[in-house]
Amino acid sequence: MQIKPILSAMRHHKAGVGLIALQIALTLAIVCNALFIIQQRLAHLSEPTGLDEANVFVISNQWANQSTEQQTHAQILADMAALRRLPSVRDVSPSNSYPLRGSGWDDYITLTPEQTEKTTDANVYLGDEHLLDTLGVTLLAGRNFRADEVGQISSRQNVASPVVIVTKALADRLYPDGSALGKSFYEMSKTPSTIIGIIDLLQNQSVSTWNTAYAYQSVIRPLQEDNSDGLYYIVRARPGQLVAAMREVPKALYTQNLMRIIDPEDGELSFAEARARAYDSDRGMAILMGIISVVLLAITAAGIVGLTSFWVGQRRKQIGVRRALGATRSDILRYFLTENLLISVGGVVVGIALAIGINLWMVTQFEIARLSLVYVLIGVVVLLLLGQIAVLAPARRASNVSPIEATRST
Amino acid sequence: MLVYYFELGLRSLRRNPALTTLMVMAIGFGVAASMITYSVFRAVSGNPIPGKSSQLFTPQIDGWGPQQNLQGEPAEALSYTDAMALMRAHQASRQTLLYAVHVSVLPGGSRSLPIGANGYAVYGDFFPMFEVPFRYGSGWSKADDDGRAAVVVLSEAFNHKVFGNIDSVGHELTLNGHDYRVVGVARHWDLHPRFFAAFDGNSFDDPSDFYLPFTRAMDLQFDTYGRNSCRGNIDFSTRDAWLRSNCVWAMPWVELDSAADAARYRQFLDSYAADQQRAGRFAWAPNVRLRNVTQWLEVEHVVPRETRISLTVALGFFVICLVNTIGLLLAKFMRRAGEIGVRRALGAARSEIYKQFLIEAATLGLAGGVLGLALTAVGMLGVGLLFQPQIARLAHLDISLMAMTLLTAIVATVLAAFYPAWRAAHVQPAWQLKSN
Repeated sequence: MQIKPILSAMRHHKAGVGLIALQIALTLAIVCNALFIIQQRLAHLSEPTGLDEANVFVISNQWANQSTEQQTHAQILADMAALRRLPSVRDVSPSNSYPLRGSGWDDYITLTPEQTEKTTDANVYLGDEHLLDTLGVTLLAGRNFRADEVGQISSRQNVASPVVIVTKALADRLYPDGSALGKSFYEMSKTPSTIIGIIDLLQNQSVSTWNTAYAYQSVIRPLQEDNSDGLYYIVRARPGQLVAAMREVPKALYTQNLMRIIDPEDGELSFAEARARAYDSDRGMAILMGIISVVLLAITAAGIVGLTSFWVGQRRKQIGVRRALGATRSDILRYFLTENLLISVGGVVVGIALAIGINLWMVTQFEIARLSLVYVLIGVVVLLLLGQIAVLAPARRASNVSPIEATRST
Repeated sequence: MLVYYFELGLRSLRRNPALTTLMVMAIGFGVAASMITYSVFRAVSGNPIPGKSSQLFTPQIDGWGPQQNLQGEPAEALSYTDAMALMRAHQASRQTLLYAVHVSVLPGGSRSLPIGANGYAVYGDFFPMFEVPFRYGSGWSKADDDGRAAVVVLSEAFNHKVFGNIDSVGHELTLNGHDYRVVGVARHWDLHPRFFAAFDGNSFDDPSDFYLPFTRAMDLQFDTYGRNSCRGNIDFSTRDAWLRSNCVWAMPWVELDSAADAARYRQFLDSYAADQQRAGRFAWAPNVRLRNVTQWLEVEHVVPRETRISLTVALGFFVICLVNTIGLLLAKFMRRAGEIGVRRALGAARSEIYKQFLIEAATLGLAGGVLGLALTAVGMLGVGLLFQPQIARLAHLDISLMAMTLLTAIVATVLAAFYPAWRAAHVQPAWQLKSN
């Protein structure tokens, strides 16, 4: 196939060629950025929490009576005992929060008590000796808390815990040589906290971008919150009994004491619901980018079909002449396919530059990551294929033009 | 003549249904995507208090120092010590501190199940400062603040929930086991973004249920239900130790009527911080800020990133749809080159050709706008899938958005048609006639 005659023919409808190329360029720029955003969001929302998510649910329990700390403490113990007796419940622990809650407790960690600048950040979880089993996290080294190590904490009072369990991520951050077990650190206190256990994974309470650097750096303190506001009960149902447990647990709690608030709307959340809430904006972005990409590709394809059909209609006579002079149908077909390929390649080259440019601009505006070239490559292949497929129907029609057309006057 | 061109336009659009459908769909989808994302953006990026946004300021004082502050910026709220110092100094015409509180209420007396309620502990100036509209009664006085009075202002919705549809002013209400006298019921007041809640990160949550005096809340040791941020050692054995610490949780707001007042207040902040440095409380030079509502919303990044990315991508999408339309219109107009040649030869001016084709484009834009409107309406139902629920609830398809959808579609299509129309107007009549 000779390219030269195609190029000289294109010179006769520069504007149309330019517009298709521009459309392909812009589409490529938007689609590969959209695909990249989709991938980033999907990767974010499929990060593991480290929990036995299929069986875990959370109760947000607020107190409605004005009890003393001792009374609240006794009530929490009674609640725990009552819930642990339920046949559908495997284990339960009181806590201040749970992974993916949206906001939570975050402490600066230092290796010495004098340090003013932090060594790193850690998410703080409170719980009793049942917390590890309730979450379903794996203890990699050391031991769990003993019941006698579990202390109490009240409103705006804070005392460093002498013993703590940390995630491997935090242990490795503080002691990269793997010697964390038995060592200590300072958690915004003059008193050291000693690492007695290391667990594999426990994600943060917030999945916002600002704490991605600390996403899995968590510390568990053996404490029960006895303040008047309330706390969370994390419950792990026996396998397959989640629905039953979610029905029985609130009933059992209200049987214990009516003066509590479990919000009818979000006071009890299965972990699947908690996960859906935590990532609603990521999911929404992925869906929106998906819709825009699909519609955009469809419109660009339709645009190519429309303009090529127009050119075919315009050149029926010339096609007829070529056919009369001996060009085969496949010659005509190839002519239009090649013409489209040339335009597409031109558009794609501009598009690659645009895609990278838009991404760089978005990096400064929206703090998103740098575009990986894989997505540009995917976009290029998709658009070249799309162009060839879109041009196929009008090109077929062109190849069906009979040589007799050459003899007709327009 | 214009009506005639309009009819011509319609006829031309009907002549080529596939091409027309394609263009209408491109414009419709493009404008709908832009409008849906814009409706969300509009809802979250607006000025919540347009009349006063440049007179309301939040003072910030660096109590953490260069090693622990937010990369040079002071904390976004005040410690109790600094907050109380500002209140005592009273250097603004109106001033309030505020923090989020949560209480339990028994709406149907002692035999009902308790419910939770969200509110703010504020000073009496809060209501006139933020122009809270009242249905019944009013806010409370400075004397009530000083007297640590057990009074409360309810939202209309919360009043309805607890008392039914009555004027509850003068009634007693028990919150967290303590009695309060209702002094006012605020009319529906749903600012978005709720600028004064930005520190707690819930600028788009449901409006608060009630407001009670800050001084009273402190007496009853109400804990903050919002954010609390500390530096250094946080070993507190008592609540008082926490109050004396560098933990920030109280949001200050002041009303300053003129630029001169604002400048004076900034000086006051500087001299306060300098005093603290001299007294040895701060080991660093004064580092203060005084930001008004708009500047504050900017610093707090209140408009979610997702909203801005979506709008940007949707606008890019619309531009591509228009490029598509330019190409197709060019094809469509140039196909009628012969017709144009005849008209021109018969004496039609170029401007007539422009008029005819631009009106045809406007007709097309109108059709695209109508489709866009339908798609926007459908899309609004799905906004909850695309954005966080508390933000999605703010997006509405109102008259102004409908008008904007149609107008954007028509204007954009006419703009897109300029180049094709120019090409059409420059068709050489002689050349066309000859080839025919």
